[in-house]
Amino acid sequence: MDVAAAKMIGAGIAAVALGGAGIGIGHIFGNYLAGALRNPAAAASQRGTLFLGFAFAEATGLIGFAVAMLILFG
Amino acid sequence: MAESTACAAESVKKIIDPIHQFCIHPVVGNAEHLGVFTFTNSALWGLIAVGLASLLFLLAPRKLVPTRLQSVAESLYEVVDNMTREILHDNARTYFPFVLTLFLFILFANVLGLVPYSFTVTSHIIITLALALVVFVGATVIGFWRNGFGYLKLFVPSGVPVFLLPLVVLIEIVSYFIRPLSLSIRLFANMMAGHMMLKVMAGFVVMLGYFGIVPLIAMVGLTGLELLVAALQAYVFALLTCMYLNDAMHVDH
Repeated sequence: MDVAAAKMIGAGIAAVALGGAGIGIGHIFGNYLAGALRNPAAAASQRGTLFLGFAFAEATGLIGFAVAMLILFG
Repeated sequence: MAESTACAAESVKKIIDPIHQFCIHPVVGNAEHLGVFTFTNSALWGLIAVGLASLLFLLAPRKLVPTRLQSVAESLYEVVDNMTREILHDNARTYFPFVLTLFLFILFANVLGLVPYSFTVTSHIIITLALALVVFVGATVIGFWRNGFGYLKLFVPSGVPVFLLPLVVLIEIVSYFIRPLSLSIRLFANMMAGHMMLKVMAGFVVMLGYFGIVPLIAMVGLTGLELLVAALQAYVFALLTCMYLNDAMHVDH
């Protein structure tokens, strides 16, 4: 197989990691919303934790994105 | 150097190229003379971000009934104030100026990047990595300064079974040293991916002719989303800075 084509395919596979990050972020915000609707009084105090969880979930996916960029342009 | 000439070559061809917006070129002169101390568009937009953030706080009046400009400045101040208070507790006052500076710079750099024909300073990993390393090295130095070698207890969580301890310590050390990477990659990747997506959609608008109205409507929504992401990433960066500083303050939690 052509090396350039293999690079493109590899970058595409690496970008699949972002799908996992999407699932994780959806879980975090969905569960936050569910919890906030059950107990709206406690919702505001947990917003910092929400974004922290969001950041951690996103980081793993973005490492996949960085790998894809490295394969394409590195 | 090789990249700068490639950028110059790309700009000659009038093609739809979502990467072209990230090219660094000198503000005056051509891209061939890119030296170490060249005043580039990246430096220019960094300075504009710093200047606007400073101007906002200098020009905002200090009245009892806030004007519009004053409410903007006050609500930005309040966001960071609440964040530091919530996470750093007693040390909030000490590190508030640092966190506010970081937050404002990243926020202004991100939002200014959405202005057409501007340059997104935070879309380059060298900028975000420099910011993240300031936080990482700073937090590590403060940790050792405050706790001495007791700071190493950060890597040994309490209440872990002895036979699991080597593995847990290894994981803790790796996760500690990956902090600056994840901090910088998060910001840079969000900015870069978002702007590339906007430019690809803009390319669709041009290519589809009259049907370009459909991606144009989608772009209005996406630009709003990017505005949210720009603010959110600045917030997350400042929040994680607070968390790392808090780790340096209180090792045994």
